Amino acid sequence: MMILRTALSCFVAAVLGMAAALPTFAAEPTPRRIVSMNVCTDQLAMLIAGAGQLHSVSALAGDPRASAMADEARAFAVNHALAEEIFLMEPDLILAGTFSARATVGLLRRLGFRVEEFAPARSFADVRDNIRRIGALLHRQERAAELVAQLDDGLARLRAGAPSGRTIALYEPNSYTAGAGTLANDIFTAAGLVNIAERLGVTGSTRLPLEQLIMAKPDLIGRSSSDYGAPALAQENLVHPAFRALSRQDAIDLPVAKMICGAPFTLDAAFMLQDAAAKQERR
Amino acid sequence: MSADRHYPLLLTLLAAATLALFLLSLTVGPAGIAFADSMKALFSDKADGVALIMREIRLPRAILGGMIGATLGLSGAALQGYLRNPLAEPGLLGISASASLGAVLAIYTGLSAAFALALPLAALTGAVAAVLVVQALAGQRGGALIVILAGIAVTSFAGAMTSLALNLSPNPFAALEIMFWMLGSLTDRSMVHVWLSAPFMLVGWLMLGSLGRALDALTLGSETAASMGIELRKVQFLAVFGTAASVGAATAVAGAIGFVGLVVPHILRPLVGARPSRLLPASALGGACVVLTADILVRIIAPERDLKLGVLTAIVGAPFFLWLVFRTRRSLL
Repeated sequence: MMILRTALSCFVAAVLGMAAALPTFAAEPTPRRIVSMNVCTDQLAMLIAGAGQLHSVSALAGDPRASAMADEARAFAVNHALAEEIFLMEPDLILAGTFSARATVGLLRRLGFRVEEFAPARSFADVRDNIRRIGALLHRQERAAELVAQLDDGLARLRAGAPSGRTIALYEPNSYTAGAGTLANDIFTAAGLVNIAERLGVTGSTRLPLEQLIMAKPDLIGRSSSDYGAPALAQENLVHPAFRALSRQDAIDLPVAKMICGAPFTLDAAFMLQDAAAKQERR
Repeated sequence: MSADRHYPLLLTLLAAATLALFLLSLTVGPAGIAFADSMKALFSDKADGVALIMREIRLPRAILGGMIGATLGLSGAALQGYLRNPLAEPGLLGISASASLGAVLAIYTGLSAAFALALPLAALTGAVAAVLVVQALAGQRGGALIVILAGIAVTSFAGAMTSLALNLSPNPFAALEIMFWMLGSLTDRSMVHVWLSAPFMLVGWLMLGSLGRALDALTLGSETAASMGIELRKVQFLAVFGTAASVGAATAVAGAIGFVGLVVPHILRPLVGARPSRLLPASALGGACVVLTADILVRIIAPERDLKLGVLTAIVGAPFFLWLVFRTRRSLL
């Protein structure tokens, strides 16, 4: 009896505690003026936000070389991830990347703004988490669930095609490549390909010397480079005579903008690679 | 004099060391190809991966390492003789930095893509401007202090303008390339770079190499040299344009590599009996050895990090420079 009463009082206390906690949660008002200052949160916010909810996106969101939603971005005010400019926009929620300038994020927090930071997606699982988290923050859980369903559906369709097992190497300006633990690696795996860099034991984004690329002889080379209208030495590795000799037939220009940030549109890159591998098999 | 007897021996040794380092440079790389295979691939007419690596990646790198080193060693020796200043060197006088600026302007404006020769020519122009400015500031009797101060001014100005040009480029990668232009690198240079820079370097070497007798005479003072039939204007022309052509072309393809032109002539000078005419070829070979060694080391120490050549030459060169300043401070003060 005694035990039951204690348990009961605990239950009551717990319910009361929850009730006490609930109002603060429910009182968290739906954000009405959101500013995003990172190209990846920009795109997820544009996909998820309801009409009029999102006020501003970063300048990069309007750059078709970095953003898959450059056209959509034109509907929003532009920010350059500077504290002063964002302060004047009077947002009630700020979305930032963990790689956004630390000083800016710190300053905005000191000024009393609510800043939510997002780590860059390193896998489709991360993409799913980021979509759900933004959905919860924006009180748009249903829309987020829709996007997650789109993503899972696409991944299931990719898996339906048997993995070709062809090898691929990502080759970026400055000879950078992506190994294990990167979104690019997850895209390659989803497309049924084997990433040469992962096989070589590369983790994260790092340099793959041209010599090693030549020795590894990948079936496909994913060129990831944008035209900025002005030259830089960083992109000379992509016109090096040795690289050109190697990549004469098997280089694919990857849709860079769709691969920088993780979102349902990122699957397009995987579908494109799956097609390319299938074409090569038929050859 | 022992230096007389030892001179041919010294040159032979330096030449042998240069050749050995050149071959070693061909065998170092991330692909890990056996020595015999790599040499075979270099001369076979097969077109497999190994041959591609040897002919298109390692061979241009080794050739450029040797040629750029020779350029820096030779121009350092020639400038020290011509300016009669122990601290003269392309890097310290701002010649490398100004050549970098010229090259940067040619590359990032797209001029060199439209007209390939624009790259070495722009670097040469930058280099000529630097020599003339330093010389004008220092005057004919300029002491070591004035020459170095003028060099510092030119170096920092050219460095700032290079940085500005790179920052203004719409290409986001350009801003990161300031490192390359200030510290130099031979990573993934191709045969295109060899063909572009080698003719200018060769012409520069011929001009600087022909200065031997004049530099010997200049050790006795410019009046005495003039009385011995040395045409000072011609000497100036050869020294300025020889340095500009060779250092300009070297910098245009590999960035500014510091201290080689300072250290090498100083180390070799006592070994050649302090005669500028003998120092020139010895310094060229010594410079080639130093840059080839530095380029081998950047690939061994941290192959995945793309270390810059100037980092290694400065680790050796900067303490040496301090020691040199310490030793010559009486004449500086």
